[in-house]
Amino acid sequence: MIRGAAYTVGLMPVDVLAEVVANTPLAPDYNVLTLAAPAIAKHAAPGQFVMIRTAAGLDPLLRRPFSIFEHVRDADGRLVGISILNKRAGAGTARLYAARPGDRLAVLGPLGRPFVPVHPPAEAWMVAGGVGLAPFASVASALADLGTSMTLFYGARSARDLYYESLFTGLGTRLVLTTEDGSRGEPGRVTGPLARELAARPADRPLTIYACGPTPMMRAVARLGDTAGCPVYVSLEPVMGCGMGGCYSCVVPIRHDDAGGTHLVRSCVDGPVFAAATLDWDQLGSGH
Amino acid sequence: MADLSVRIGALTLRNPFMSASGCFGYGVEYADAIDLASLGAVVVKGLFLEPREGHAPPRIVETPAGMINAIGLQGIGVRRFVAEKMPELRRLGATVIVNVCGTTIDEYCEVSRVLADTEGVAAIELNISCPNIKEGGIQFGCSLAGTHDVVSAVRRVTTLPLFPKLTPNVTDVASFARAAEEAGADAVSLVNTFLAMAIDVETRTPMLSNVMGGLSGPAIRPIAVRMVWECRQAVKLPIIGIGGITSARDALEFFIAGATAVQVGTANFVDPFIWAGLTAGVDAYLDRHGLPRVADLVGQLQIPRKAHV
Repeated sequence: MIRGAAYTVGLMPVDVLAEVVANTPLAPDYNVLTLAAPAIAKHAAPGQFVMIRTAAGLDPLLRRPFSIFEHVRDADGRLVGISILNKRAGAGTARLYAARPGDRLAVLGPLGRPFVPVHPPAEAWMVAGGVGLAPFASVASALADLGTSMTLFYGARSARDLYYESLFTGLGTRLVLTTEDGSRGEPGRVTGPLARELAARPADRPLTIYACGPTPMMRAVARLGDTAGCPVYVSLEPVMGCGMGGCYSCVVPIRHDDAGGTHLVRSCVDGPVFAAATLDWDQLGSGH
Repeated sequence: MADLSVRIGALTLRNPFMSASGCFGYGVEYADAIDLASLGAVVVKGLFLEPREGHAPPRIVETPAGMINAIGLQGIGVRRFVAEKMPELRRLGATVIVNVCGTTIDEYCEVSRVLADTEGVAAIELNISCPNIKEGGIQFGCSLAGTHDVVSAVRRVTTLPLFPKLTPNVTDVASFARAAEEAGADAVSLVNTFLAMAIDVETRTPMLSNVMGGLSGPAIRPIAVRMVWECRQAVKLPIIGIGGITSARDALEFFIAGATAVQVGTANFVDPFIWAGLTAGVDAYLDRHGLPRVADLVGQLQIPRKAHV
């Protein structure tokens, strides 16, 4: 049984039974689901996430977390929904990969702390690895609204795993592409050109870096940003149980003093976006 | 509209639905989404005297119709809870039950003393059943003498209603309910999670950093219903039934088996707005069966005489 905004006493989040408007396959195992969820779209900030029930029954039981990819508008520009970037990896995401227009999914959100887009004259660089592209369509859109100059460093395994380039170029984003097999853009990891451009840029121009992707990539970006003196914000994607702060399963280590002391905090309510400098990257391991 | 209020010892709850400890944070996490005062009670996450870090991730793994957790009782400690969370819970009008943990009997007593001096704490649930910590907890809950010792020791330091939460990881849970009753408990909560394990066969590694954890969710419900029924036969104490409740129908099973109230845990992860549907569903059932009060349903299991073949 799904209940929505009528049962909430606060502003957010809401649980809506959202119709699948479109399921756009991107490649084997990747798809974008467009969901009719105006109540969530209206309040969602870039980098926030939703928890989606992938089955009406008891298996899979728990919802799955997804970054809000795009804010979807109708022909008149009204916010009518959101989209999510899905990677088929287990039973739940396989169901979302196979979802059909007209299906209805329980979507809870928006949840978590967002990315805060910087204003000009500061510049924004986004760094995405693979499905880590997920939060950046809405980030780029918010940056474009502010008139902030932006670059997307986007790396994937091969050319066929690079998606939605035109969405970003359409928003005025400069694209720097890399593939591990060299089939598109610069061969190698996305941190290669990032390191080079960081070293080459004038130190007096303010720059904020936003990153999402595999943990080793985000760790490397955090280090590069630290060396260059640029603030880095990352969006983490740990295993989550509830998304509301109830279960304490999605914890990540943050540093609470300079002596190396750390503390585990819930990424659903204290994140998923964190200032990279606050995280203990040595402890942030495969469990995250 | 039927009367959904229930009495557990000296405590009257507006309805029989409570959050299960460890599944609802400190309650305040849900205050933007739901009206905490609309729950029978908010049972908050287990608290020791001092803050506690818990286990390394991964802390949960999903299993068929359930999940296994090994959080390790991460928590802020009872003093910070009283200072930082209780004012907000009082302001929101929540009926607050605090789950109390300890590694020693002295710690159970000390945490309970702090809570006894705190305005707005309605009752104490004694956690003698967490399967995920090495010292204390389940060590007491797996021994009849240990159960008796913890409950009677805490009984001496507070007049707050006292509900030991029992583990199902014993041969005969009813004997533990009896031990709790003899030691002066006001009710028993049952059951905590079932000790369980899941393995990644590709890497041949455990799915949880703690190797083992506690199974919860609909998968355990029939066993929990059976245990409530067994305890109903063994003690006069009110029983708070816990285990895999996802709907009003599930809760009705527990009432009929002998629970006066129930707790909802894992299902709240799936649907944080579950509460309104639970009360509405039970209310509709009571109307349909011509019962004025939910309390009339408790323990009303009808066992037909065996038919002749």
